[in-house]
This record gives sequence, C-alpha cells and structure tokens, in this order.
Amino acid sequence: MKKSYQSLEVNLTNNMRKVIHRKLSINILRLGLIILLAFTTSLSAQEGDSVKGKSLFNANCAACHKLDKKMTGPALRHVEVRLASEGLDREWIYAWVKNSSAVIKSGDAYGNKIYNEYGKAAMTPFPQLSNADIDNILAYTAEEKKVPAVSVDTAAVSSSSSDSSSVSNEIILGALAFLFMLLVIALYSVKKTLRRFAEVHNIELENSTEKTPLWKVIIKNQFLMIVVAIFFLLSSAYFIYGYLSQIGVDQGYQPVQPIHFSHKIHAGDNGIDCKYCHSSARVSKTSGIPSLNVCMNCHKSVSDYNGETTIEHSKEFYDGEIQKLYAAAGWDDADQKYTGESQPVKWVRIHNLPDFAYFNHSQHVTVAGVECQKCHGPVEEMEVVYQHAPLTMGWCINCHRETDVNVKDNAYYTKIHEELSKKYGVDKLTAAQMGGLECGKCHY
Amino acid sequence: MKSLIKILAIAVVLVVVSCKKDTAPNYQFMPNMYESAGYETYGEAAFPNGVEAQLPAQGSIARGFIPFDIDNTTEGYNLAKETLKSPLDSTQVDLVTGKELYNIYCGICHGNKGNGQGNLVKREKILGIPSYDDAGRAITEGSIYHTIYHGKNAMGSYANQLNEEERWQVVSYVLKLKADLEK
Repeated sequence: MKKSYQSLEVNLTNNMRKVIHRKLSINILRLGLIILLAFTTSLSAQEGDSVKGKSLFNANCAACHKLDKKMTGPALRHVEVRLASEGLDREWIYAWVKNSSAVIKSGDAYGNKIYNEYGKAAMTPFPQLSNADIDNILAYTAEEKKVPAVSVDTAAVSSSSSDSSSVSNEIILGALAFLFMLLVIALYSVKKTLRRFAEVHNIELENSTEKTPLWKVIIKNQFLMIVVAIFFLLSSAYFIYGYLSQIGVDQGYQPVQPIHFSHKIHAGDNGIDCKYCHSSARVSKTSGIPSLNVCMNCHKSVSDYNGETTIEHSKEFYDGEIQKLYAAAGWDDADQKYTGESQPVKWVRIHNLPDFAYFNHSQHVTVAGVECQKCHGPVEEMEVVYQHAPLTMGWCINCHRETDVNVKDNAYYTKIHEELSKKYGVDKLTAAQMGGLECGKCHY
Repeated sequence: MKSLIKILAIAVVLVVVSCKKDTAPNYQFMPNMYESAGYETYGEAAFPNGVEAQLPAQGSIARGFIPFDIDNTTEGYNLAKETLKSPLDSTQVDLVTGKELYNIYCGICHGNKGNGQGNLVKREKILGIPSYDDAGRAITEGSIYHTIYHGKNAMGSYANQLNEEERWQVVSYVLKLKADLEK
C-alpha cells in the first residue's frame, strides 16, 4: 500500500510537470488526466511491460548480465523471487540499480555479499532508469524461459529435408550407375549372341589381324616417325615444364585447422576488420596470429553460435568449436573464470614464403595501404581459408610493376619523387620505378 | 588382354589426377633453402612448451615500453579516472589515426559513432554496450585508458593490439566522440 502511494506521488509530480509544459487551460481535464495517467502507471508498476523491459535490458544490463548464465554479474532470471527469499523488496532493487555503491556503503548485508562474490566489481549506477523502467526490466526477467521447441522442430524439419535431398541425390546417382551397368551387360550379351548366330550360320567373321595396325604403318614410314617423335618430345617437354614450375607453389593449399575458425562468419557476416585480430600486420613483418585473449575479447560474451548453418557445419559443430577455444584458453564458461590451464593451439600455416625471400606486412599494409584481399583473396567469403595467390616471384613483380605509389602528402620525399618522375618521364611512379624490382629488396 | 591394359592406363591417369590433395603442401625443390634454419615466428622450437613464442623473463621491460602501474581493480579504475591524464598535447593528438584505429578495434561493438550500436550489437551477438555519453559511467580520459589497457567487465584488454601511443590516440578520439554525442 505504501509503495503504490509513493509511486503515485512520483507520477503525480512527473505528470504535472509535463502538463504544465503543454499549458492546458482546462483545470478539470488536467486533473482528470493526471489521475488517469497516475492510475495506469501505478498499475504497470505492479505488472511492468516485458517487451519494453527486453529492450531496456539489452541496452543497459546485458553488458554484464545474462538471463540464464552467470557473466560479469549474476544471472537475472527470476531475480525478484530470489531476492524476495532474502527478504529484499522492490524498493531495494530500485536503490541498488540506481546506485549500488551507496547501498554497499550503507552496510547492507546482501549487497556486500554479492559485491564480494563477484570480485568487488561495482555495478555501474543507472540514475537514468526510472522506477517504471526497472519494473519493465523485472517483468522481462520474470518471464519463464522459452523452450525452443518450435525452433528445434523447424531445425529438424529443415535438416531432414536437406538430408533427404542429399539422400535422393545419392539414390538417383546409384540408379543411374545401375542402369549403366545393365546397359554394358546387355551390349556384351548382344555381341555374344550375334557371334553365336554367326557361328551357327557359318558366316565368316571379319578378321581384324588382316589389316596392318597403325603403329606398324608409322614405323615403316620414316617421315611420320619423325613427326610423331617431335610431337611426343614437345608435348612431354610441355608437361614436364608445367610440372616443374608448379613445384613449391601452394596455390589452393587448404589445410584443416585444429579449431574450425570460419573467416566467413567473423570477417564476412559480422564485418570484423582483418586488423582487429591480425593487429601486428600494421606494425610488423608478420601479420600476426591472434593470441587467444583476442578471441576471448568477444567469446567471453558469445558462447554459442546462432547464425546460418549447413549440413556439414551445424550449430552443434560450431558450438563445439567454441568449446575447443574455451579449453585452449582455459576459460571456465560456467564459472566465468580462467582456470589457468591453457594450451597453445597448433594452427597450420598456409601462406609461407621460402626462407630466401623477405616479405614485410607493415610495408604493404601501413605504408602502401594495400588491401589484405589483394593478396589473400576473398577471405571474408571463405569458410575454410585457402591460399588464393600463387606467391611466386613473377606474381610479386607483376604487382610492383602495375601499382602506382601514392606520393601525396609525403613532404619528406617530395624532391626524390619529383626527380624519379623526371627520370622515367611519368606522372605516376610505380613501385617498380621506386626500386621495387631490385634483387636486394627481397633477397639478401 | 589389350582392353585390360587400356583399363589400367585409364585407372592410372585417374589416380594421378585425383591425387592432388589441397590439405597437404606441395613439394619443394630444395627444402633446406625454403625452410628457415632459425626459428620462425609462431613456429615450433626447442623450449619446454615447444613453441617459439615465449613470454619475456619476468620483470623485463621491452624497449620503448613504459610500465603501467595502475592495477586492474575497481580502486585502480577509480584512481585512473580521477588522476590519469593523457601525455599527448594538442599538437600530438592525431584524430585521423585515432579514428582509423578506433574503427578497427572499438567500432565493431561501440559503433563508429560511439553510441554503443556497433555491428556486433546490431546483430545481437554482444549486447548492452553503453553509449559514451552514459551519465552513470561518466568516462574520463584516465578511465578510458584504464579500460583499454585492462579491459572492464565483459570487455577484454586491448593492450596487446595497441601500443601506448596508439591507446592515447584512441582515447583522444573517444573523447571527441563523447563530446559529439553530448552536443
């Protein structure tokens, strides 16, 4: 009773202010409106709007709280019931949300207990939330957990339908193979019966040995022999040359990684910048394989996958890969703590220049401003990364010949750029003209 | 007999063609010219845990790095919030660099405008990212730097992706975004 009276009072003053702004002239209407509004809001103070509550929760609370899982702060489903069992009412929650450190300083027993339990990380004060906002949030937390029965059903249906499609494909292929086999057998038996017929009717079969075979003709004719020999030598030279020049080229190399990291999901769907994880590409020779703490920047919050799936890569598969990451980083997801038992992940290197060629990422990424995709291809579309470019010397040189160097706003080198332009008689210098073809640039 | 030879030849060709495996690297001409004799970055090495990437000896300080003495605690956060000031003066602040780095490392969650509406938030992967003009947090340059360095709550540390100077450039840019939001 006392509670509703208080909220009535607050609402009265709030609404009064609003109404004065609007400058309504009719006093009676104003009073009626106030009473009406106060009545409705005091009603909702009891119930709360869980839809509004959800958006408020996602905007303000979800940074540290989840509904069903411990995070930076405790799980919040049915928090009011839990607190009621501790003898704490909604007024306590209002006070706590608006300024938790004041509650802790006042010596509140439960507040101090929670504060110590969660590593003395004080909850951010939310003075901007009104009591009605908090009521809405509480209404959202009081909702029962939705059993994802419908989604499971549709998932099962979709997977079974996709399964059935692949199964039907296999059946069709099998049937075709069977038909083909039947055809071969039929033809063979037809040939056999025809021969038997011929024998029965004493028809002489054409004897194939009477003709001189092609290879004998060729051996007898010297000119043909030379032509064939030259053709044979040239074609084998062509194939040997092709084979030898692809040795050491790993274009298309697509190893299986210990943790299935999908660049398509991270860089493509979520649009995370390449340099977010490969941060040392900006400043060092190597592009940098991120240490696991970089993964954990996001995966502390993202513990399951909710995006598109395929038959090969299901939700369970992706969730399992995230669990692999947790195991390697030593992260206990239930307790939201590091166990300290981490182990290195043995990633398989894909792009690997031979030791006798020097390549520096920062020179290309930061100085030249080359897009990562120029050499690595459409990585943001790759579920499993493969080597896009051949990484041969010819490929490097070709790019150096074609790429115009951006010499703008580079005051320190203005003079030498001008002289080089004069020397080559061009407006725009290419990387090759700046010395990008010198042997010693890459081989030393 | 002849047809058997033909079938064999076709089978050999098929096997040779299908042998190209993408999951294994190709042959090399002279492996000892290709493979480095020294340890390669992230390679295997003869250390107790078998990796080349070792932690520096405890207490060592890398050249050009200055230790950050404020602890990763609530007290440390409050101390930084009140006392820590940017070493960059107005001529050293480079908002272009700051923006570039911010958009790579922070914008994905905090939004390129700092309003807490980054791509991961819009796609509901990570929720509850506050806007920089949040009154309850009232961030200052010291608290921003402390948060980048140590992380806070669900946010991790960005100390290994940004060096000290870059962190302060990002701090300057965050303050600019905060000022823009408060307009």
